[in-house]
Amino acid sequence: MAISPSSIEQVIPGQGAMAQPSAAPGRAKRRRFRFLANAKAATGVVILAVYGLFAIIGQWVAPYDPDARSSDVLQAPSARHWFGTTHLGQDIFSQILVGARSVMVVGLIAGVLATILSILIGVTAGYLGGAADEGLSALSNVFLVIPALPLIIIVTSIVDQASDTLVALIIGCTSWAWGARVLRAQTLSLRRRDYVEAARATGERTGRIILFEILPNLTAIIASGFVGTVIFAVMSEITLAFIGISSISSWNWGTILFWAQGQQALAQGAWWWFVPAGLAIALLGTALALINFGIDEFVSPRLRSAGRTRIRTADGRTARMRVGFTPVLAPTRPVPAPREEVAP
Amino acid sequence: MRFLLQRVAFYLFTAWAAITLNFFIPRLVPGDPVQSLISRNQGRISADAVQSLRVLFGLDKNENVWEQYLDYWRQLFHGDLGLSFTFFPTPVSTVIGDSLPWTVGLVGITTIVSFLLGTALGVGAGWRRGSWIDGLLPATTFLSSIPYFWLGLVAIALFAGPGSFFPSSGGYEPGLVPAFDQYFIPSAIQHSILPAATILVSSMSGWILSMRNMMVTVSSEDYITVAHAKGLSERRVALSYAARNALLPNVSGFALSLGFIVGGTLLVEIVFSYPGLGYQLFQAVGAKDYPLMQGIFLIITISVLVANLLADVAYLLLDPRTRKS
Amino acid sequence: MSDPVLEIRGLRVDYGHGDAAVHAVRDVDLTLHRGEVLGLAGESGSGKSTLAYGLTRLLPPPGVVAGGQVIYHPVDGPPVDVLALSPAQLRAFRWAETSIVFQGAMNSLNPVHRVSTQLLDVIKAHEPKSTAAARRARARDLLRLVGIAADRLDSYPHQLSGGMRQRVMIAMALALEPQVVIMDEPTTALDVVMQRQILGQLAELRERLGFAVLFITHDLSLLVEFSDRIAIMYGGRIVEEAPAAQLYRRALHPYTDGLLHSFPALRGPRRELTGIPGSPPDLRAMPDGCAFHPRCPKAFGPCDKELPPLGPPGDEDPGRTVACWLHPAAAPLPR
Ligand SMILES: Nc1ncnc2c1ncn2[C@@H]1O[C@H](COP(=O)(O)OP(=O)(O)O)[C@@H](O)[C@H]1O
Ligand code: SF4
Ligand SMILES: [Mg+2]
Repeated sequence: MAISPSSIEQVIPGQGAMAQPSAAPGRAKRRRFRFLANAKAATGVVILAVYGLFAIIGQWVAPYDPDARSSDVLQAPSARHWFGTTHLGQDIFSQILVGARSVMVVGLIAGVLATILSILIGVTAGYLGGAADEGLSALSNVFLVIPALPLIIIVTSIVDQASDTLVALIIGCTSWAWGARVLRAQTLSLRRRDYVEAARATGERTGRIILFEILPNLTAIIASGFVGTVIFAVMSEITLAFIGISSISSWNWGTILFWAQGQQALAQGAWWWFVPAGLAIALLGTALALINFGIDEFVSPRLRSAGRTRIRTADGRTARMRVGFTPVLAPTRPVPAPREEVAP
Repeated sequence: MRFLLQRVAFYLFTAWAAITLNFFIPRLVPGDPVQSLISRNQGRISADAVQSLRVLFGLDKNENVWEQYLDYWRQLFHGDLGLSFTFFPTPVSTVIGDSLPWTVGLVGITTIVSFLLGTALGVGAGWRRGSWIDGLLPATTFLSSIPYFWLGLVAIALFAGPGSFFPSSGGYEPGLVPAFDQYFIPSAIQHSILPAATILVSSMSGWILSMRNMMVTVSSEDYITVAHAKGLSERRVALSYAARNALLPNVSGFALSLGFIVGGTLLVEIVFSYPGLGYQLFQAVGAKDYPLMQGIFLIITISVLVANLLADVAYLLLDPRTRKS
Repeated sequence: MSDPVLEIRGLRVDYGHGDAAVHAVRDVDLTLHRGEVLGLAGESGSGKSTLAYGLTRLLPPPGVVAGGQVIYHPVDGPPVDVLALSPAQLRAFRWAETSIVFQGAMNSLNPVHRVSTQLLDVIKAHEPKSTAAARRARARDLLRLVGIAADRLDSYPHQLSGGMRQRVMIAMALALEPQVVIMDEPTTALDVVMQRQILGQLAELRERLGFAVLFITHDLSLLVEFSDRIAIMYGGRIVEEAPAAQLYRRALHPYTDGLLHSFPALRGPRRELTGIPGSPPDLRAMPDGCAFHPRCPKAFGPCDKELPPLGPPGDEDPGRTVACWLHPAAAPLPR
């Protein structure tokens, strides 16, 4: 098998001399499963799974009916009421458990909707180019700079007692722009790759190319966009509930905070009324953020926080991995005199 | 120059889109919004207020939507945002004029400080991988996942309250007259410390992280290796070569995420009953005060656009490649 | 031959360490003499850049120098081991004694600073007592030296063409009049005309200023013309080293022979282009014996069992060394 002379070295102008060797395409599949080996991502996924479980079974395992009043008014956490009670004697632990479903459902619906919109708009813009691109890009940039939360607040407030689904739809329709922007840029660069050019040249249908050549390469970005939107959606939903715009008849963690704030929980020193809900939100947000870090590091390995920056050398010293000063592992010997003077 | 003109054109377009959106939103309300308002507030709405609402929804004249739209623009150009319903008959523009300085002072300044401080810490974290700042990252992730308003609640519970130096609500000591004098200014500062700290703590980690990642990415560029090869001091390589380049994407990221940040920070005002736009919006929403809501949304959007434009100018000054002759 | 200015002894460079280490440079001995051009050639991935970055300790993580010595002989004063220098000493040593021109002409200059800033900061870092006016005058002279009008000093990198940028880098490399200039594929990204022009200029400058050059390229034909001696690298090792003319006339190592047949010669008799069959070795799974044997058309008995040592071939002129069982060393080089 003779190799043409040009294969000796191909230098791409503009590429760094120390550019990392890119992974072979065959390895991509195996790497996909290694994603979970990333400690951050794994932690995030486990926490998220627990939340998902509570979203499903929360209704049934809750020790009390979250609406049920009792004579245990404004009680601190105890064995009977793990997270204490409200001013009406409602069990806060049960409210948190039951509220998980609304939070997860809204996050999921809004995330899916925004992701679909961002794919439709971003990939189309990047792939078609020209006037379509200009128009769609302008559209997503407009949605990006308009402050989303005030818009969501206003739109939701014109509807009386907005339901979870409606809240999710409103959030989904207003938060796709970031994903669309990132997807557009990535599609633009994918479109110039050889195999896509080749598919276009052979007259492959546009839909097929996008579905089979482009989208598989965008998986990580789409996933990270989805996770990002879910974070935003959860925060927005809770905010809406907290300021009392969306329906307060169903429980979510924002509703708990709404009542806590409204009943002066702070002034009464009832910290248990708002602390658990806030921690539940923060932990969910952290889990999602960790998953996104995992995706980021998976896509660009350089970002991994340097696992080991210090290494042990042969003679027991420690050397630091450091850009610009490559560590020397071997013990250093005294510099010998020039070779001519060394007797053989 | 062309870059800047393009951006200005884009922001004008966005402003137009936002204003148009603003025009249509109340018209999407199902049924007769005015009638439903009147029935909900049985008898508590004056006839004047009803008239003001009818004007807002274009129900006063038999105009088609297009004519209403033109009217709307005409009013806007006269600075007329309608009359507030909660503060009837105060014009919306007056209500906004009173609360805007508070928001600019609190949200504007803390957002900039948060960006600068976070970026500086990110430079450190990205340059010295594995240093103590890297150890902070998980904690900052957790902090940034907390809703701003909840952190505000916790801050009030922990630090404010009777006898504490930090007041738990308001923008200044009740009884003082807003003025630039030795009574009012210290009081205003005292009232802003806790909300500002809340915003800082929860918004800074995003900047630390993105700057750290940019530093890591830039550190493997050839010109950084060259800078090391030249034997320049560590400081010069880190700041003048690495950070200087890593800053560029961070500045454009700052511009793009302003909309998100401002939305979140406005909520802190609600918790602290801080007399800014966010608190005003909260009250307007509670009272279904559509003219005020719309006016506030418009002002927030335009402020964000202006801030974006400023960020673009900063980018222009930072990156010679956009400064084509 | 003149005395050595840079001696690389037993240099080993790895990516990663412990069991996961990839040995990219293996026991390399190489001597650069004062004022000469030493060419280093080999296929992509043979470890040339790793050698250059390793000996200057510029290799980014996960690169580590696993062992060896890099001895620099200053014009006056005792020799120093570059690998034993502290960060502060290394910073003072860099650019003043050895400077580097990198492959990425496009990326070697900081895009946000003017050319002048980048030329002046290196002078200032090493000669803090010089006056601003003197530094600026030097920068102008340097640009003129590489044939660029001095008014380009205040340009930004993106305003310069690729060729100009690389000449700016060469001017920068000469700013402190170092004894050694290392060039890693300095012209590879440029078109042939520009390549010739820059090489011509470089030869002229070397005559005038007398620095030594370690010139790295995958294009052996370029070296044949331009360098005094040539070293050939394969799988992280030097497999042959000889004066340029001798190497071109008669390559001893079959790999060198293959390389010579991979490029059209710019001058001289035409050779048939055949290239080298097979692909470069996997550094994680190096073949036993001679690393080249799976691809070698002349492989025989000992080739897949024992590593041929680098040494002067018994039957040949003493000015060259080779690592091939076809030319067993009369006496392997002393370590
Ligand atoms: N970060 C890395 N990790 C593992 N192997 C690497 C890394 N960088 C380069 N290599 C390997 O080191 C070898 C030498 O690379 P290099 O010095 O760039 O070769 P050359 O400059 O001759 O083309 C190559 O086989 C390459 O695959
Ligand atoms: S030692 Fe053997 S295999 Fe290696 S180059 Fe020489 S002949 Fe070929
Ligand atoms: Mg190379």
